[in-house]
Amino acid sequence: MAAITDILKTMDYGPAPEASGHVEAWLERHGGRFGHFIGGAFTPPPNGGGFEVLNPARGEVLARCAQGTKADVDAAVAAAGKAFKSWSKLPGDARARYLYALARIIQKRARFFAVLEAMDNGKPIRETRDIDIPLVARHFYHHAGWAALIADEFPDHEPVGVCGQIIPWNFPLLMLAWKIAPALAAGNTVVLKPAEFTPLTALAFAEVCTEAGLPPGVVNIVTGDGATGALIVEHPETAKIAFTGSTEVGRIIRTATAGTGKKLSLELGGKSPFIVFEDADLDSAVEGVVDAIWFNQGQVCCAGSRLIVQEAVADRFHAKLRARMEKLRVGEPLDKSTDIGAIVAEVQLERIASLVEQGRKEGLTCHQPEGGLPEGGYFYPPTLITGVAPASVLAQEEIFGPVLVSLSFRTQDEALELANNSRYGLAASVWSENINAALDAAARLKAGVVWINCTNMFDAAAGFGGYKESGFGREGGREGLYEYLKAPEGARPRAAKVPANDISAAPVIAGPAGGGAPGLDRTAKLYIGGKQARPDSGYSYAVLSPAGAEVGQAGLGNRKDVRNAVEAANKAGGWSSVSGHQRAQVLYFLAENLEIRADEFAARLSALTGARAKAAQEEVATSVRRIAWYAAWADKYDGQVHATQARHVTLAMNEPWGVMGIACPDEAPLLGFVSLVLPAMAMGNRVVAVPSPVHPLLATDLYQVLETSDVPGGVVNIVTGGRDELVKTLAEHDDIASLWYFGSQEGSAMAEAASAGNLKSTWVNHGRRVDWAADGQGRAFLRRATQVKNIWLPYGE
Amino acid sequence: MWHTVVIPPADQYSRSVTMPSDPLVQLHPESAPPPMHNIARNEGTPLHLDWLEGARVNLSAVERRAATLATRRSVKKEYQAAWLIKAIACIDLTTLAGDDTPDRVARLCAKARNPVRADLVEALGLPAAPAAAAVCVYPTFVATAVKALEGSGIPVASVATGFPAGHVPLSMRLEEIRYAVGEGAREIDIVISRQHVFDQDWQALYDEVRAMREACGAAHLKAILATGDLRSLRNVHRASMVAMMAGADFIKTSTGKEGVNATLPVSLVMVRALRDYLERTGAEVGFKPAGGLRTAKDALAWLILMKEEVGRAWMEPDLFRIGASTLLGDIERQLEHFATGRYSSAMRHPLA
Repeated sequence: MAAITDILKTMDYGPAPEASGHVEAWLERHGGRFGHFIGGAFTPPPNGGGFEVLNPARGEVLARCAQGTKADVDAAVAAAGKAFKSWSKLPGDARARYLYALARIIQKRARFFAVLEAMDNGKPIRETRDIDIPLVARHFYHHAGWAALIADEFPDHEPVGVCGQIIPWNFPLLMLAWKIAPALAAGNTVVLKPAEFTPLTALAFAEVCTEAGLPPGVVNIVTGDGATGALIVEHPETAKIAFTGSTEVGRIIRTATAGTGKKLSLELGGKSPFIVFEDADLDSAVEGVVDAIWFNQGQVCCAGSRLIVQEAVADRFHAKLRARMEKLRVGEPLDKSTDIGAIVAEVQLERIASLVEQGRKEGLTCHQPEGGLPEGGYFYPPTLITGVAPASVLAQEEIFGPVLVSLSFRTQDEALELANNSRYGLAASVWSENINAALDAAARLKAGVVWINCTNMFDAAAGFGGYKESGFGREGGREGLYEYLKAPEGARPRAAKVPANDISAAPVIAGPAGGGAPGLDRTAKLYIGGKQARPDSGYSYAVLSPAGAEVGQAGLGNRKDVRNAVEAANKAGGWSSVSGHQRAQVLYFLAENLEIRADEFAARLSALTGARAKAAQEEVATSVRRIAWYAAWADKYDGQVHATQARHVTLAMNEPWGVMGIACPDEAPLLGFVSLVLPAMAMGNRVVAVPSPVHPLLATDLYQVLETSDVPGGVVNIVTGGRDELVKTLAEHDDIASLWYFGSQEGSAMAEAASAGNLKSTWVNHGRRVDWAADGQGRAFLRRATQVKNIWLPYGE
Repeated sequence: MWHTVVIPPADQYSRSVTMPSDPLVQLHPESAPPPMHNIARNEGTPLHLDWLEGARVNLSAVERRAATLATRRSVKKEYQAAWLIKAIACIDLTTLAGDDTPDRVARLCAKARNPVRADLVEALGLPAAPAAAAVCVYPTFVATAVKALEGSGIPVASVATGFPAGHVPLSMRLEEIRYAVGEGAREIDIVISRQHVFDQDWQALYDEVRAMREACGAAHLKAILATGDLRSLRNVHRASMVAMMAGADFIKTSTGKEGVNATLPVSLVMVRALRDYLERTGAEVGFKPAGGLRTAKDALAWLILMKEEVGRAWMEPDLFRIGASTLLGDIERQLEHFATGRYSSAMRHPLA
């Protein structure tokens, strides 16, 4: 024991170890070996095989877990499928009781989970005890509530089925809660794979499921590495895949699920900006940085890893940061005074060290506090790298460690330009005491979560998820539930009958026309940037009537036309920022002008599709009504204010994607086009539309109406030609944020797979026909035309 | 008006007091921190309004930091005992009540000399009993306290300037300071005119504190900001800066008579202000939370605040004081618990 007289000299904190006896006894009881949890029971633990789970702070083996095989995954999915039959039929309030029980049991076992998580992951007990585990309980409570409300609040929805869920190692139990709670609340059953570095709290949670009396098979836990994850993703009976992890693996999953009809949500990497304006509370912003990048050793997908600080205060801020870094304590995760624990695994430590080394070689200044690191574990010191230019690899790559890079800016515009200069768009933090500057930044940041004068705030009632290559889908809040619900399909719709799609640019020699002078030739062009444009290829193709007669020609668009259209759409950003009322006026005018030409369009429909006059008139009339319907919505699809924490406004804003690619269906060539393009426009998107290649001329006729209706150039661009060829270019285009595809099943698969490049959100029809008159409008279209940005704004004076 | 206060040269203030030996210093002569009143006094600076304008305080962010200060650090067992001994050494044992009498004050002084039972001192392995940092009383009791503390080395602090409201003509407030100093007070806890803060009249506040500092002479000035009255943390930050520029040796949160007294968020803002001042001038200003610290746990939280936000030097009585009257009782019980392993009772510890 240290003498009190000595302590009075140093005034050190001294050791404050959290006891781990109960956790060790639990590991002992399991013989240090764990099988999978399938159908309500543990499978036999591995006997020598499987993989070791380490305590990264000490390098000691905690347990041995099973490597999930195909047979294991098959068994788990089968158990979940069986359980789904009754679980999905349970009344919501009955499901709520189970979720409530899970929440309560986790609270009762809070310290056990906190200690186990700290040992398994290496994060400090302070964080597991005060942040991870309370948020886990909160998530189950919140979704117990949703289970009871879901029938009322989501009347036209039903559960998806068996959900395959793959979670990372940085917040093992919290990510489990984010996945399982909404899935169960909505009536799904799950097969969850925890990360191979950190499976233990998931296995302890399996016991909680038993304790709560959860019916067997509702929750199944299969441990293993990426190979096991791939089995879950590829399993034909998983109806939904939810993944949190690296962008690289997200891409693989996107490709693997393309065309399968599985629902998909991806929460991926980030390089989130942390913007400090000169009028920020600098001392508080320093603490914000601590919570942004030195929380969980910086192993946080939304870590504020790019400090962007105004030049006027940059030196002062760096000095404050360096002083603060000296106070950070790196060490044993189970010590209650530890700020930074161990990096989860050796391979991660090596990656961090090598990236920082790369920065040093680039000549960047690297600050680390004095003093050594503890031995025997994977520790890395808090690090600040200054003088970083956007071109530096450290400013672009996600380091996933306690390493902050700092860039400086001169003006608000430059700050936002730097902040958005990233493939990622998960989160952002803005520090300013000027509400104008802060809200302007929040609005202009391309990120799913924006924290104003705070950082890394989470709550079950708020949505979390990224823009751009940080993934799609939201977790938490009302918006998160949609990821686990679907609109009932009813009778399986017929596959779309795709008419002959023989696009040929070879001239068709028609027989001699009837007597008299020919009518004036009509030339349908492409419509790009508000101008009629000849196709780059210089070719047109024959458009045939149902009887096979040529009824006109359409431009044969190619990838350059798509490129030009996307550029034009990019330039039409004003459409996204004007008020909904302004957009509504344009759209109403569009409806008005189409109605004036209703007879002409009906006649054209009949001529081109062979539709009967009445049906054609009805399609035009429905199109007019639909345009007006979306005009009405343009200023009404409000966001929400989530009830998160006291004295916080958490705004869930519906924002347009930006530029969308939309491939339109062959059935109902006018109404199909209107049903897809209009909600996108109404929400403020700019569109590159590929009309039905069979009936392109209705769309090209429509551009004259667009022109007369004051639709700004570039808001709607029309490229005719082969659908799948054009869509492939759109899907692969990194400046397109969202892609809707209505064509063939093969085309759907292609569109989804090709969208993996920039992880654009997709909506495809899998070759199914849609009854556009009956099912072609609704809130679901608006929801798909937007992404939700959650802005956290604490207040008080 | 008070715009033309002449500041005496520095040596008139600094180190003009020869302190009798500090009991705590005796404990560890080989590496003792500097004794009370032995660091250079803050001489103040001209009024820099730009130092106020640049200061921003975000309430929610400050609250978040304050809420986790004591959850990010833990002090256990013998470390906790040592920290509590340190807390005692930083206490300004205080009585500021309408029913104060000379006997009451004398009793408090006796407790200040021996705040911890002798058997506990021995059990904790301390070579000598710790003593409180000072005894804080009304001016009329200064003489009583000085007499009662004779030979202990414990300074007497006096509130002055129309404590607690300060609504007395300035000349009388200054006279009150001179009276208390004349009676033997070595520290003066002044109250600022809150109205100057509400009016954002920083020049008036500066001049007032400057004048008070001058009236203090060799006695140290602790500026009570009455943060419970000021309400906004930005006001707290600005008032702190002005008081320091005007030459306060300590900035102090509260009178103990406000609706809300010392809180961690308010303390955090004041400590950040003195750190800011330190960075700008190199002058070390002390901090005194008062009112609201009642438990040993509170004392630990505030010591953690000082260690984390400014550093080790602010865990000594020459830069950190706790204005308290009931806190000591809880610390005594905790120390006995450490020494015996049994939970203690208040009746086992001598009253103040």
